[in-house]
Amino acid sequence: MSSYARSVMSVFLKDWRSELRTRYAMNALLMFVVTTIAIVLFSLGSEGAPSDALSGMLWTVIFFSAMSGLSRTFVMEEERGTTFTLQLLAPPSAVFFGKLLFNLVLVLGLNAVTILLYLALITGFVIQTLSIFLVAVLLGSLGFAAAATVIAAIIARANTRGTLYPVLSFPVLLPLLLTVINATRLASEGAYFQEAYGEFQILISYIVVVVVVSSMLFEYIWKD
Amino acid sequence: MAWKIFMGVLLTLVIVLGIGLPMSPHPQTWYELPVIPGLEEKARIIFFHVPTAWLSTLAFLTSMAYAIQYLRKRDPLDDIKSSAAAGLGFVFCVLATLTGAVWAKFNWGSYWNWDPRETSIFVLLLIYGAYFSLRSAVEQEEKRAALSSVYSIIAAVTAPFFIFIMPRIMTGLHPGAKGDPNGAGPVVEFKMAPPMRVIFFASLIGFTLLFIWMFRLRVRTAQLEQAHHAKG
Repeated sequence: MSSYARSVMSVFLKDWRSELRTRYAMNALLMFVVTTIAIVLFSLGSEGAPSDALSGMLWTVIFFSAMSGLSRTFVMEEERGTTFTLQLLAPPSAVFFGKLLFNLVLVLGLNAVTILLYLALITGFVIQTLSIFLVAVLLGSLGFAAAATVIAAIIARANTRGTLYPVLSFPVLLPLLLTVINATRLASEGAYFQEAYGEFQILISYIVVVVVVSSMLFEYIWKD
Repeated sequence: MAWKIFMGVLLTLVIVLGIGLPMSPHPQTWYELPVIPGLEEKARIIFFHVPTAWLSTLAFLTSMAYAIQYLRKRDPLDDIKSSAAAGLGFVFCVLATLTGAVWAKFNWGSYWNWDPRETSIFVLLLIYGAYFSLRSAVEQEEKRAALSSVYSIIAAVTAPFFIFIMPRIMTGLHPGAKGDPNGAGPVVEFKMAPPMRVIFFASLIGFTLLFIWMFRLRVRTAQLEQAHHAKG
């Protein structure tokens, strides 16, 4: 393993260990998922909703849950005053990719839990084309983690920690959200795999653009 | 100085001719505008609404260009320019949204339809809102400049995705949307009568000059304010 890959991994492992000690982000994400799904269930009552509304609601739950926990990885460094140490120990892009990896693991876990709960509790929501859904969720998680990580880095450097996070993230994440919502709708309506190619192309190019631009700009956020 | 007078004359002509020229079903003379079925007198919005929307995009790109410049050179003046352009962009974005919404009520029946272009301008408003919230949240000047520059670049690279996404999701009412008989796409082919075309492009030029003038004024005001604060 090259020394660069090693520093990426050690940033990731450091965050992972400190997360396991407090379980702050995991608990926040999990409780948010449970609360928002409960609200969806209460508001639906015994009535069903059309499949496009349900796919939209799934990603609304995911968006707001993610916003409650994903800024943690950078805010934590600022609160503990460890930013400076990390600046000395690792190159900026290694910090970015380490944190991105950590957030990606969180988002994948969050999505798995949310989707399982959502499928189990909301009877009107059925996935007919599993392949579209899986690819959309995997690509969506990657893009989501990338955009959420770079915005979290900005937020942590600003004075208002939590409140601005969804405000800044929403316009940046909206292209991704609209595309995954559309892919989820296709999957729940039983479309053929080929019909979602356009969505996948948009998701892949979104991921490439956001990861490349964020890793280039991260240095300016990270260093004073 | 001369270009400001030119701009004043140009915009006055645009307003007077754009509102004042008569419309007739079969234009005989050069000063008669054709009647477009379904639009009639309401077609005149194109002279004012499209240039405001064009300006808000131009301001957005200007703001991004100065943001990149700031990150490269770290010159505080570039940050002033970036935020001045964003401020103007926001004003014109609101104007485009409001003129469009009022017009849509009379032509399409409701103020807001989530047509692709309406969605895009809504996102542009959100981006400007987020940008200014971020700026007000950071007190230290260099940090504020760096963070808001980074944010405006990230927002500017993700915003163009809407051009590809929106047509897939919904049909639109604006020209160039999915289902437009003249062809869908981000670039609308103009089918405009010559006198309308002249006024339209004169208006675009006039609004662009107006932007340059307002932009320079704002930059100078911001500079003076900063100098004033520095003195205490």
